[in-house]
Amino acid sequence: MNRILACLARNQLLISLTVLALALLFPLVFPSQYSIRMATLCGMYIVLALSLNLITGYTGQVSLGHAAFFGIGAYTAAILATRFGLNFLFTFIAAAIVAGLAAFLLGLPTLKLKGHYLAMVTLGFCEIVRLVEMNWMGLTRGPLGILNIPPPSLWGFTIDAPIEYYYFIVALVVLTIKLVQNIVDSRVGKGLIAISEDEIAAEAMGINILRYKVMVFVISAALAGFAGAFYAQYMSYIDPTSFGTDQSISIFIMIIFGGLASIPGTIIGVIVLTLLPEVLRGLMDFRLIIYGLILIAMMLVKPEGLLGNINFTRIKKAADGKKAGELK
Amino acid sequence: MFIQQLVNGLTIGSTYALVAIGFTLIFGVLELINFAHGSFYMVGAYFTLMLMLAMGGNFVLAFIISLALTGALGAMMDHFALRRIRERRATKDAALISTIGIATVIDHSVLEFFGSETKSFPAVLNLGKITVGNTIISYMQILIFAVAVILMGLLTFILYKTRIGKAMRAVSQNMDAAKLMGINVNFVISFTFLVASVLAAIAGTMVGMYYQAIEVTMGFAIGMKSFAAAVLGGISVLPGAMLGGLIIGVVEALGASISSGYRDAIAFAVLIIVLVFKPSGLLGKKHNNKV
Repeated sequence: MNRILACLARNQLLISLTVLALALLFPLVFPSQYSIRMATLCGMYIVLALSLNLITGYTGQVSLGHAAFFGIGAYTAAILATRFGLNFLFTFIAAAIVAGLAAFLLGLPTLKLKGHYLAMVTLGFCEIVRLVEMNWMGLTRGPLGILNIPPPSLWGFTIDAPIEYYYFIVALVVLTIKLVQNIVDSRVGKGLIAISEDEIAAEAMGINILRYKVMVFVISAALAGFAGAFYAQYMSYIDPTSFGTDQSISIFIMIIFGGLASIPGTIIGVIVLTLLPEVLRGLMDFRLIIYGLILIAMMLVKPEGLLGNINFTRIKKAADGKKAGELK
Repeated sequence: MFIQQLVNGLTIGSTYALVAIGFTLIFGVLELINFAHGSFYMVGAYFTLMLMLAMGGNFVLAFIISLALTGALGAMMDHFALRRIRERRATKDAALISTIGIATVIDHSVLEFFGSETKSFPAVLNLGKITVGNTIISYMQILIFAVAVILMGLLTFILYKTRIGKAMRAVSQNMDAAKLMGINVNFVISFTFLVASVLAAIAGTMVGMYYQAIEVTMGFAIGMKSFAAAVLGGISVLPGAMLGGLIIGVVEALGASISSGYRDAIAFAVLIIVLVFKPSGLLGKKHNNKV
């Protein structure tokens, strides 16, 4: 097992490129509308799960309101695109900014506190946002939802075929992975991991805990807003039911299952949990019961998730060190 | 009008207080926010209604069996899902996530077996009402308030005058020291879950009788609101939970008479305001973190 992991760790770049190549070839091998649609949704959930992993996995702050930021992004993009006919470059950026701003206002008071307040407050926030989406008829049309959201287009080229959406989301996923990887590898990333290990020790080391936490919460929400904008323009119809607490908990379960603070773990978690209900079609109604049972079982057997405890960088270093020792 | 809303708010607030006490008890012994607590409230009300319908309207028997079942469910939740996490000294997050899983399983099981539609709760006790000036007070409201007050008194008695209560307080102060003193810590924690779940089930059933309707989503909203109540009063302080519950109930009733669409958002707004200005709550003491 350790040797396999070491081998994987040494060939990280190769593996990443292989996975990317497989992702790019996927629609050519499975050209049906259904499989492309599933793959596109998988890609969107990967963006959502990776962004949640930034705050919950790497920084250790349990957030259960990710669907709220997803929804804020989706509604921002939908309203700007239908009422003002703005180009998707603007709607996407606006969605990220509005979602990030909401996270800033929510995070500033609540991230000051230690413990699990954030989990409860974000869950409550998700419910407030859903109530606003439901009741503010003038802006969101309430339960009727927003119809006919135009597809993204730029310089006369419109993304409207399923396969074009698929490549669009693949590009977004690659960007998100790169962004998350860069944050985690940076000085800030080390600070975040220190916060998740021990807040008091991190503070004693001179890390401005509140600033780091708020910053990463805002980035995480902005990415979710981005995914929301994609969702709105891909579906061309949104209503408040897609952004409830069930959605928050689904995303949360994906990162727990795959492994906290692990990018490959998140991707595997999303793919398995998105395809599982499709495979077990007869059990569709019991999907969330099964999710809950997975969660309970996971906490009993392997609380860190599938790939949660595996640090590929460290394994690579250890393997390299061993090799160097053998050569001497 | 104001007094009418005050009466309605105190009635519903006293049920929030009962649920908030459960939060406080569990937070006291385990420092764990029990996300499944609202689900026990909902499931308690469902058990009472379904058993009553199955037994041809015998409310008292149905109510007693329902309390036993919900209490057993709470103790089982601790025994099967949380105990092993605790013994392994896994992070607190693991237990929190486990309670989210339990809440998901309970809510969606009820949804699958009983359907998502609102169920009407037959009027078992038709007690009538009294009118004072412009204010109508039903005897049901007085009953709910009285039951809540009696239960709070009973709980205070258990906590401060009985052996098991002493053990609960010991565990909440220091689990390891309590174990060394020969206290069966796992039993005490399971018992705490049992008490909290029974209180939630009583509150759930009373609210079902009061509104004459129950639905699956009622647990989620009350879980959030009573958590807000517990934090407002000062989490891990028992009188704080009672005070917080009453305040949230009254604020909500007054707020809802202004804008009913946002009724459920009021408690969360209160929660966020409390966290900004006084995170230790009204009656809570400020703790300094030690390394």
